[in-house]
Amino acid sequence: MSVTHGTTTTAGPVPGDTPPEATSATGDAHRHSAGIEAVGRVARAVLPVTGVLSDPTQLRTYECDGLAHYRVTPALVVLPETTEQLAAVVRACAAHGVPFVARGSGTGLSGGALPRADGVLVVTSRMRTIREVRRADQRAVVEPGVINLAVTRAVTGEGYYYAPDPSSQQICSIGGNLAENSGGAHCLKYGFTSNHVLGAELVTPQGDVVALGGLAPDSPGYDLLGTVVGSEGTLGIATTAVVRLVRLPEEVRTLLVGFRSTDDAGAATSAIIGAGIVPAAIEMMDALAIEAAEAAVHCDYPAGAGAVLVIELDGAAVEVEHEYAQVERFCTEHGAFELRPATDAAERALIWKGRKSAFAAVGRISPDYIVQDGVIPRTALPEVLRAIAELSSSSGVRVANVFHAGDGNLHPLVLFDDAQPGAGKAAEQVSGAILDLCINHGGSITGEHGVGVDKAAYMPRMFSDDDLDTMQLVRCAFDPDGISNPGKLFPTPRLCGEVPGKRKHAHPLVEAGLADAF
Amino acid sequence: MVHSTGETRQQLPPEEPPGTGAQAHGPVPVGTPAVRPAFDTEHPPSAALIGDCVHCGFCLPTCPTYTLWGEEMDSPRGRIDLMKAGLEGAPLSDTMVQHFDACLGCMACVTACPSGVQYDELIEATRVQVERHHQRPAGQRALRAAIFALFPYKRRLRAMRGPLRAYQASGLSGMLRRSKVLDRLAPTLAAMEALAPPLERREKLPERVPAVGQRRAVVGMLTGCVQGEFFPAVNAATARVLAAEGCDVLIPRRQGCCGALSVHNGRQEEAERFARATVDAFERAGVQTVVVNAAGCGSSMKEYADLLADDPAYAERAARFAASVRDVSELLAELGTVAPRHPVDMTVAYHDACHLAHAQGVRAQPRALLREIPGLQLREIADPEICCGSAGIWNVLNPEPARELGDRKARTIADTGAELLVTANPGCLMQVASSLERQGTRIGLAHTVEVLDASIRGIPVRGLGIQR
Repeated sequence: MSVTHGTTTTAGPVPGDTPPEATSATGDAHRHSAGIEAVGRVARAVLPVTGVLSDPTQLRTYECDGLAHYRVTPALVVLPETTEQLAAVVRACAAHGVPFVARGSGTGLSGGALPRADGVLVVTSRMRTIREVRRADQRAVVEPGVINLAVTRAVTGEGYYYAPDPSSQQICSIGGNLAENSGGAHCLKYGFTSNHVLGAELVTPQGDVVALGGLAPDSPGYDLLGTVVGSEGTLGIATTAVVRLVRLPEEVRTLLVGFRSTDDAGAATSAIIGAGIVPAAIEMMDALAIEAAEAAVHCDYPAGAGAVLVIELDGAAVEVEHEYAQVERFCTEHGAFELRPATDAAERALIWKGRKSAFAAVGRISPDYIVQDGVIPRTALPEVLRAIAELSSSSGVRVANVFHAGDGNLHPLVLFDDAQPGAGKAAEQVSGAILDLCINHGGSITGEHGVGVDKAAYMPRMFSDDDLDTMQLVRCAFDPDGISNPGKLFPTPRLCGEVPGKRKHAHPLVEAGLADAF
Repeated sequence: MVHSTGETRQQLPPEEPPGTGAQAHGPVPVGTPAVRPAFDTEHPPSAALIGDCVHCGFCLPTCPTYTLWGEEMDSPRGRIDLMKAGLEGAPLSDTMVQHFDACLGCMACVTACPSGVQYDELIEATRVQVERHHQRPAGQRALRAAIFALFPYKRRLRAMRGPLRAYQASGLSGMLRRSKVLDRLAPTLAAMEALAPPLERREKLPERVPAVGQRRAVVGMLTGCVQGEFFPAVNAATARVLAAEGCDVLIPRRQGCCGALSVHNGRQEEAERFARATVDAFERAGVQTVVVNAAGCGSSMKEYADLLADDPAYAERAARFAASVRDVSELLAELGTVAPRHPVDMTVAYHDACHLAHAQGVRAQPRALLREIPGLQLREIADPEICCGSAGIWNVLNPEPARELGDRKARTIADTGAELLVTANPGCLMQVASSLERQGTRIGLAHTVEVLDASIRGIPVRGLGIQR
């Protein structure tokens, strides 16, 4: 293993944006530090003494989230325990023009919680109370720091669970899930976070506390909740979420299938979905990803497999039984050489453990890696996978593939060793080329990890300037001063002027009378 | 321990301000103007091992301090960040030390880590550096000195027995606990007092306990310090069970502390001394297998190869010794059961001691042994991977958070509805016993071998709180 994983102590250049530190190095530095001091005073007045961190040693441990490639030490960290405390800090930020970044458990994979050197990191890890479980209504009211899996654990005894299941579900927070519109293996059938959040309490970038949505399934008027879910912390900080609870299925069948190649596995996937079956999950891992998972958790996947599928069917027993027979047939028809159904809960857990630990497990076979999150139409799977393999062999950069095959959400893991000169650059190029492949096949640059700081530079490849400007109008409606997680999601702050100041000229769309700045 | 062979022992550059008297391995005076990097070059936490961490956060939910406080610097990946800062030249500040010290060393994160980060090696190397270069406040120093002058020495522990027994018999103990005077006066003293189990009559073990029936193995047995003095019945049960399963059990009289407490607290030289003496004692006994019934001791003895790697006279012997160490449940499972079991009609909750489950990977064996007993119903405790807060001497040094962790564990234990709690470490037994008592849960406590012993002999299970 290399000694240099993540030794870049400063952020890698944030493509197309001013690196966050650069701001504090300008003439604004003094003003920022005065602002930070002012916010710090407010925070110390309203928070418990352990809830405000300014010791550089402690601040350093917050310099990155799950994407360790980018690192920025925040100027101040606050750990509020209540909405009121959090709102007071945000109001102080607004009053002094200090940017703030929200963070849950810090497991995000797009750098969405990357701090600002001139800003405050608002960490919700101490807001972790499940306030209410309304079983009859199939709703739970939870604080943002509540761990995803904790919701399920709290209600499984009563026959329910929380459906979105990112691989990091044992530690990622509901607040972070809401910000990133997180997915997971079972989103193929059950949908993303946006399908499971029915209401939220939001602290706006001005520090106001507003309620969006509610316990009822739909609210009249604009779908502001829908706007906020997946907005990556740019529209405020959710301090409560009303989440949907789903009844545990009567029957669950999990099947591990070994294939010689990703082509075969991809074709089997298309055949299953094409036949109208909607499994709870269809996950694919290629040989390199299998190797990593084996090394990490000894999941005992079929030996010699070029790819495995993890297929899970759930629902009414009769239905599962019927679909299971079809799935077996499709797999066999497409060259499966081993079908291994889980016979008990322990076997099922082991199959999933291999899949869910795959990202981190790649640390066993490579010192450094980039996780990509592209989406393609499912039918393009074999072609795109072949193109990725070609990219890999022509560049000499190894790529492991782990992904939600059912909905075409790829997670290529681009492996490199930062200790080798130029390796990081080469990996970034391959990574970028993979995103181009996705876009060219009619897909998207992110399926569930968010854009964050990592993919902001790729937004113009998917959207025209007009598209991006229109998105900025939404952002400015919530955050005219651009202090809520600036530098994320978009390549450059465009409409609201330079962060964190007010804009100087009206946007062309506004001037043309096509749009309004709220 | 981290070892980079070929690296010579280096002194730190002579940059100390004149007159401080700081030596390369001496304490760093607080407030020196020159910024001295946190670690010297003699086995600092390994940069390569630190590099294995990909910052995924999967360790966080299993970390007791993260569970309590929800902050990064008191999580495994946060502490790894701090180690990295130290390697990059950051000073060993009081803040940094505080977060290293707060680590219980339970190793739950090692189990949880998908990237295979060897946090156990990292934190142990860091602790040695902290001991070398950091000076704690006087009160803390005195407490640590007292602990290490007492616990690893059987004779001194034994000398405490009389006064403690008199104290318990007087009934003062219960009164003092109820009045909470001790809690207010000195939380640390209160913690030690509350943790001391009612003393049992010591059963003197012979040097050799012959196998019953056909001899299947010859094993040496570690009696331990706290185990031997506070829980002598556990040692007696261990010897009987091993003998019943066909082992000649040799119990060297001249064995001392294995050094676990020292190694887990960065007191390297002391740990090495204990380790050498332990290797000597069992080599003299001439056994191929060394059996341990205390999880913390077993785990550190299995790591002697690393601990003594730099000592040419012992490196090879230590490696051989380490390979011969087995937890008692591990050995019994390897041998397979021959002694008939009598029914034990009890519901039993099994608590994983961290140094058995996380450090040694021994989880299935004790459960399997318990399940073999007719009539015994085994129940699982929720969140089994979370430490009970004992963690060697951590609960003595950090009584308040330890109590909080103990209370959480006691609640999950009570939720099982079991009549008997079984675990394999004296520290866990003491910690959990005091938490359960504070919470008012009436449940018996016993070591795994005490249950096996009772089943083999067809007598009621002995243990804490059962016959009181």
